[in-house]
Amino acid sequence: MSNLSASRILNNPNYRKLIKQRDTLAWTLSACVLVLYFGFVLMVAFAPEVLTSPISDTSVIPVGMLVGVGVIICSIILTGIYVTQANGKFDPMIEAIMKDAAK
Amino acid sequence: MKHLLRSVQAFVACASLLAIPCAFAQAAPAPADPPLNIHAIVMFVVFVAITLGITYWAAKRTKTAADFYAAGRGITGLQNGMAIAGDYMSAASFLGIAALVYMNGFYGLIYSVGWLVGWPIILFLIAERLRNLGKFTYADVASFRLRQGPVRTMAAIGSLIVVIWYLIGQAVGAGQLLHTLVPQISYQVSIVIVGALIIIYVTFGGMKATTWVQIIKAGLLLGGATLMALGVMMHEGFSFEKLFADAVAAHPKHLAIMQSVVPIGAKANPIESISLGLTLMFGTAGLPHILMRFFTVTDAKAARKSVLYGTCFIGYFYILTFIIGFGAIVLVANNPDYVADLSKSVLALKGGGSMPAVYLSHALGGDFFLGFIAAVAFATILAVVSGLTLAGASALSHDIYANVIKKGKSTEAEEVWVSKLCVIGLGIIAILLGIAFEKQNVAYIVALTFSIAACSNFPILVLSVFWRGLTTRGALWGGYTGIFGSIGLLIIGPTVWTKVMGMGPAIFPYDFPTFFVLPTVLIVAYIASVTDKSASGQDERNAFEAQEIRSETGLGAEVGASH
Repeated sequence: MSNLSASRILNNPNYRKLIKQRDTLAWTLSACVLVLYFGFVLMVAFAPEVLTSPISDTSVIPVGMLVGVGVIICSIILTGIYVTQANGKFDPMIEAIMKDAAK
Repeated sequence: MKHLLRSVQAFVACASLLAIPCAFAQAAPAPADPPLNIHAIVMFVVFVAITLGITYWAAKRTKTAADFYAAGRGITGLQNGMAIAGDYMSAASFLGIAALVYMNGFYGLIYSVGWLVGWPIILFLIAERLRNLGKFTYADVASFRLRQGPVRTMAAIGSLIVVIWYLIGQAVGAGQLLHTLVPQISYQVSIVIVGALIIIYVTFGGMKATTWVQIIKAGLLLGGATLMALGVMMHEGFSFEKLFADAVAAHPKHLAIMQSVVPIGAKANPIESISLGLTLMFGTAGLPHILMRFFTVTDAKAARKSVLYGTCFIGYFYILTFIIGFGAIVLVANNPDYVADLSKSVLALKGGGSMPAVYLSHALGGDFFLGFIAAVAFATILAVVSGLTLAGASALSHDIYANVIKKGKSTEAEEVWVSKLCVIGLGIIAILLGIAFEKQNVAYIVALTFSIAACSNFPILVLSVFWRGLTTRGALWGGYTGIFGSIGLLIIGPTVWTKVMGMGPAIFPYDFPTFFVLPTVLIVAYIASVTDKSASGQDERNAFEAQEIRSETGLGAEVGASH
């Protein structure tokens, strides 16, 4: 990496903007996954009766089964959100920053 | 066909000769001349033939170190997504989760969820930055702006411990599986066959062969598991309600399998549950053979896409294993063909704890389907062991040999040569340890490796990439706290202290130490870094900006192959 292009990148306000926006998204989504998952885990730890109660009087299926599968599906959706954002928004930003640095 | 059978028998005979030196392990009791499982053997031989063909193809295209460790950085996002799924959907998750569900019902889902939620974290925080900063190993990234020698050594020790434990689990699974399915091949010979095959794949074909073995195996496993889940649902009239009601009726603990959030019979233990959760989630993000996969793709964008594909495959697969586990309760438990001794237990199966999924395939589709699933399970073990062996060898050759001992002055050719020797060494170690650990539960060993990955590899990697303040001193103190803290607490914990060593009640009451070790690692790394007033520590903090540019934009990253 040449020092010139590095300093050009550092001086580009869009670079700070990229890092800020992408890190905000990454940590927000990570927090979502953590809240979802540890919500599930804390229920396992402290309120198992909520998870193990059946979904209806006639069913043997516990609520926790739907919650667990729900956590798996939500995780996949959040991954999808990140990839769409990164492809549509951050990649063009990086491209512009690199182009500017190469000038 | 007859000819093929004869070659199979010849192959078995040759393999038996190889196993003679390993005869110190106890011999399995000879069953009363069971029939040879031709379907399984034929399908297994076909898989081996195809993968050896791929290895030959890959070997001719593996010339540089980047070819050997990173498949020439030409793997696409979808291919890597499949390969990630292939690396991650080990026999322990296929046979192990199905077996957990079979024994404990709902409890198994807690594992599946925990094993999946690490993936979004890998995507959001690690995958792209790893691709941008690293060359061949995650230690490249952890030591990027820190002192190479000590930090790499620490990271390589973390990698190797995880890889070796994981290898033991896989080898034991392979031995039990093959021996149960084809009793003519002993446990020891089975492990020797696995060891020999992976040494061939990896030394000759490197990461290219390993990746394609993973991709094929992932396709087979997803296909096989889909067929099994479909078979179960067809048997249950496509009603989940009926499936679960039938399982409750068939399982000796009945409704307890829907109401227990701990293994059946165990006491509820909140701290243990939380610790398990932390271990599964962050352990995934610290597995060296998984992290290594991100160096094989063309660029950060492909790394990102590959996690999305991988997560979809893995999530789908876990939902299938859950159905398979419950299907096994309905169709395998209580069945005298599969249960070892009905008068003692209607659950305990012939051939050990990891067999429910395998017998379910027999219950659904007879000998042919059993043969197919057995071959798939065996392919799974081969593929995962290949990935692990390559990750372990790269830690030894790229980190320890090339960068610590030779201080970056060895040639690529030397490095690859050392790597191949390490592959052979690790293959032999896997064989010996696999034989020594015959009686251990496979799923358990995998859980233990996750503790070490979650407490040492993962936190140091994240701190190094995101926290400007981390210095060499912080990384070392934190990393070693994670490694020795996990191992120490595991040894004095219930599994090793009480069950393995028989020393009475455990000193540390939890199976999973992550709840205590991970926060300690973060605190130690923080304090050791902020109190580091050395000039080199200041240089390392100053180097963060340049690292960040490369990590965020990919400027200066290893160039991928163009398509």
